[in-house]
Amino acid sequence: MLTLSKYVLLDLLRNRSVLIYTVVLGILSISLLSLGDQSSKGLLSLLNITLLFVPVITMLFATIYFFNSLEFIELLLCQPVKRSRVLLSEYFGMTLSLSASYIAGVGIPLFLKVSGAISWMLVITGVLLTFIFTALSLLVFVLFRDKTKGIGAAIVIALFFTLLFDGLVMAFIFSFSDYPIDKPLLGMMAFNPVDLARVLMLLQLDVAVLMGYSGALFKKFLGSATGSIFSIACMIGWIVVPLILSVRIFRHKDL
Amino acid sequence: MMEISQLTKSFGRFRALDQISLSLQEGQAVSLLGPNGSGKTTLIKSILGMVIPETGTISIDKQIVKRDWNYRSRIGYMPQIGRYPDNMTIEQVINMITEIRKDKVTPDRELYEGFELDRIRKKKMRTLSGGTRQKVSACLAFLFSPDIYILDEPTAGLDPVANEILKKKIVKECARGKLTLITSHVLNDLEGLTSHIIYLQDGKVRFYQSVETLQELTGETRLNGVVAHLMQNDLKNKENIPC
Repeated sequence: MLTLSKYVLLDLLRNRSVLIYTVVLGILSISLLSLGDQSSKGLLSLLNITLLFVPVITMLFATIYFFNSLEFIELLLCQPVKRSRVLLSEYFGMTLSLSASYIAGVGIPLFLKVSGAISWMLVITGVLLTFIFTALSLLVFVLFRDKTKGIGAAIVIALFFTLLFDGLVMAFIFSFSDYPIDKPLLGMMAFNPVDLARVLMLLQLDVAVLMGYSGALFKKFLGSATGSIFSIACMIGWIVVPLILSVRIFRHKDL
Repeated sequence: MMEISQLTKSFGRFRALDQISLSLQEGQAVSLLGPNGSGKTTLIKSILGMVIPETGTISIDKQIVKRDWNYRSRIGYMPQIGRYPDNMTIEQVINMITEIRKDKVTPDRELYEGFELDRIRKKKMRTLSGGTRQKVSACLAFLFSPDIYILDEPTAGLDPVANEILKKKIVKECARGKLTLITSHVLNDLEGLTSHIIYLQDGKVRFYQSVETLQELTGETRLNGVVAHLMQNDLKNKENIPC
């Protein structure tokens, strides 16, 4: 698996898109962090950028890359290697290089300007989101035969989790506002990795109460530590479940 | 050596392979013939495990091939259209496959040298012509001296010199007791190469016979004539040829 991942990584390093992604993230974080004196404001803006950009770009880029490397996968599959190994090395090559870009683009400026637990948390959140959305792209890749349809599905999924889901939650809150819906709402949060990431960060920032319903709920019901553990566990679930599903589907896929 | 029994595969409603049973021995050079869409490539891909058949089994040396991917180290495969990662050079592709296969054999570089790939080994796969890609594919198929060769349209797109080199290599490997499975529409290229012919139509085996038997049966000497004769006459009353 290491051998295969190595070749995927080498191929990605030759790809300019990853480099551009790193540079864009770097420029954004440097400019946001040097805007004001208060680092917490810069951190919040950076969080919002992470929550919007990372899912969409990871999802799109990974899906396109997976579909483009179909040749590579076919070449490998006539060799004596296990199917799941080929797929997982594609995944890890991809997700590791995107995580590296995130760490280089956001992590390094953060550690230089604002060090501390909060910076660590933001980097971990971003990396977790990268892992999650690369896993979702892998699932899209094994489910769709057609590249165009696959990319369409990737866009829909990314937008669903970054924008649409919140709208649905709002609609849910409005229509059931007469009932005690706090607990079901907590459950709903677990179904959106972006919300989980937001909660994870906000619990660290002490502005949880100011930043919307979900943050306040988590703080109230779970407290900081349990809340963080809960959301990290859910996010790991969001990585593992799509991966297992992809491997299972890929085992029976005709190429 | 290779035993295929009751192999069936459909894509949606279309039956690509319909209850195929074949038994192939070492030393045979088998030509897989049939019209377009008759299931040749699907059969090859099922042997390679790239297409998962619904029912039926494939076994190599009595060992049933299913989830056990190790058997692929005994197969050298040359695809119809060699598709390679664009950004890799010829050298990198060959090194990568060598690294993955972990075969302990010394690589058979006869074709690599014959095709003079050494001169262009730094070229990116993207920039190669169709024929050169074919050369790389052929090279990879023969690199590890496997027991079974599966060549899908090996000669399409090769220039006459390369064609001759490849044909000589195939004959040589057959003489060493390897099993070779070739598909081709260019029957002239198969002349003097094949020992047996499998004819597929609509996912079924129409006949599987040695070339000598077929020559006797049809009274033709050239492969072209034999196949043309069979396609025109005997397919109408299929029962004539024993399988």
